[in-house]
Amino acid sequence: MTSTSDASPGATTDDVAHGVHLLRQMLRIRRFEERCVELYSATTIRGFLHLAIGEEACAVGVMEALRADDAVVTTYREHGHALARGMTMRSVMAELEGKVEGCSRGRGGSMHLFDAETRFFGGNAIVGGGLPLAVGLALADHMQGRPRATACFFGDGAVAEGEFHESMNLAALWRLPVLFCCENNLYGMGTALERAESETDLALKAASYRVPSWEVDGMDVLAVEEAATRAAEAVRGGGGPHFLELRTYRFRAHSMYDPDLYRDKAEVEQWKHRDPIPLLSEQLMGQAVLTQDDIDHMEAEVAVEVDDAVAYADAGTLEPVEDLERFVTSPTGECGP
Amino acid sequence: MMATTYREAMRNAIRDAMVRDERVFLMGEDVGRYGGCYAVSLGLLEEFGPERIRDTPLSESAFVGAGIGAALGGMRPIVEIMTVNFSLLALDQIVNTAASLLHMSGGQFNVPVVIRMTTGAGRQLAAQHSHSLEGWYAHIPGIRVLAPATLEDARGMLWTALCDPDPVLIFEHGTLYNMEGDLADDAGPVDITHASVVRPGADVTIIAYGGTLRTATAAAEVLGGEGVDAEVIDLRSLRPLDTDAFVSSVLRTHRAVVVDEGWRSGSLSAEVSARIVEHAFYDLDAPVARVCSAEVPMPYAKHLEDRALPRVEDVVAAVHDMGA
Repeated sequence: MTSTSDASPGATTDDVAHGVHLLRQMLRIRRFEERCVELYSATTIRGFLHLAIGEEACAVGVMEALRADDAVVTTYREHGHALARGMTMRSVMAELEGKVEGCSRGRGGSMHLFDAETRFFGGNAIVGGGLPLAVGLALADHMQGRPRATACFFGDGAVAEGEFHESMNLAALWRLPVLFCCENNLYGMGTALERAESETDLALKAASYRVPSWEVDGMDVLAVEEAATRAAEAVRGGGGPHFLELRTYRFRAHSMYDPDLYRDKAEVEQWKHRDPIPLLSEQLMGQAVLTQDDIDHMEAEVAVEVDDAVAYADAGTLEPVEDLERFVTSPTGECGP
Repeated sequence: MMATTYREAMRNAIRDAMVRDERVFLMGEDVGRYGGCYAVSLGLLEEFGPERIRDTPLSESAFVGAGIGAALGGMRPIVEIMTVNFSLLALDQIVNTAASLLHMSGGQFNVPVVIRMTTGAGRQLAAQHSHSLEGWYAHIPGIRVLAPATLEDARGMLWTALCDPDPVLIFEHGTLYNMEGDLADDAGPVDITHASVVRPGADVTIIAYGGTLRTATAAAEVLGGEGVDAEVIDLRSLRPLDTDAFVSSVLRTHRAVVVDEGWRSGSLSAEVSARIVEHAFYDLDAPVARVCSAEVPMPYAKHLEDRALPRVEDVVAAVHDMGA
């Protein structure tokens, strides 16, 4: 690696480029979701819409730690995961608009984003429902001797589901390559963690299954990336499942229907001081590797991408109703040896 | 021909699949060291080892979901659930994931998993081990539901199910495992899409599946002794239903009795009856009759359980009532 300008001692050009990349990824997610709010108000997007504004560092940090042949299983709050994983903004926006060009051909919507190419196994809207699936994907890798990791995202609410405990136990028992990523935003919909859990230390719960567990500052993308990279390498290397508790916060309500009556406005404002985007941009500016002009330029580029995604989705086509019953069963059978 | 049992036929089907395709593995509670709750997998652990004959913890949701995930990951899992009542602990994975994934993903992710389970009553196992809930599953788009009632189907349905790119549920009636009979030496994979005419007849069509096929056949014998020529149809596949098979039979016989161990209300028998009415109403000489289980959680005491289940005399009486 080469050293860069004297203004950023210790930072390499790679570091700088990487920091800028992380910032851009978080910004893409933030601006994308802000546009989603507008489109929801304009009734272009319907159904349930769950935003991860405030939680972008979790998605970006973990995805940076994954390889192309790793797998991702996630929840209904997954726009950020999809974008950070490399799915195009166009295909995600087209999905939210219910168009054929969407990543799930408009069959899934906001809660069910899927993409075979990036091994993105969805958008599961049953809390905890994705965990057994991730265990199974990891089992297949384990049985076929493939050094891959399956990253499984879920919220703190999922910890109350039996699937969390069953999956943690099974993955640990069989030493399966699952990277469990718990995005603890302190609320399961409107119920605060301490009102739902007798033990609120979630990493401790995972550790009780002998799963190596870490608490991570989920507002610090570099911290998330570092922890996820370390854990993913251990997982791929045969170290069994690992668990990351990413401590984060959603700045917006649970969904567009949520009047957000259950939490203190002051609490929300306090967490906004830890917004992962300014946290990183100020750090980069402090190191003088990034100027306000650079950020403005990045904002402009992201705005163009969001505009393009919306235009693409708006110009998309609707699945013909004659095709309503497609994809219920596979069109053709296949037979093994 | 060789003498065998339903249990052995099923075991040979699993063994054959494991040999044919190394992606196939069996997973479930006590399938390994114990040999299977109903001894279906006895001896397979020794033959194939613990990687492919996997004992699981008592975590139906996790291991059924893991089967779905493993299927997505390129394996061909056979997941065994001890009994249909326990499958309710995995209902979310079966209905919300396995059955829905292909559609939700716009056709990207099919789920080639096979889930086997025991169903039905007749062994004094009371209300949490005896129900016939396959009709519920037959309600769900996105899954195929099979009910092998014969030795041929016990031996042959599994491989064809494993070849299906989508989820298949196989319901094995608990009282069938000890059924004995002869099976062709070259018995192997069978079709899983068609119903079969088990006994041809001209006067009435008796439609059954799984555990009730024997009841239907026995009733047909009794009726035959009385000069009533009953046709018996084994549905075999509960979803999709082979509507043509039973409708075309009813168009010939003009009378139909549906025998279903499920409860009458909202049952598979209701669906079959409705289709007959939709497609053969003007050819019926009598209203469609149904013989189902009494609408009680299955009782333990033998005399009560016997009375709760469809009996041969109930089927015969139903045919008499329609003037055949």
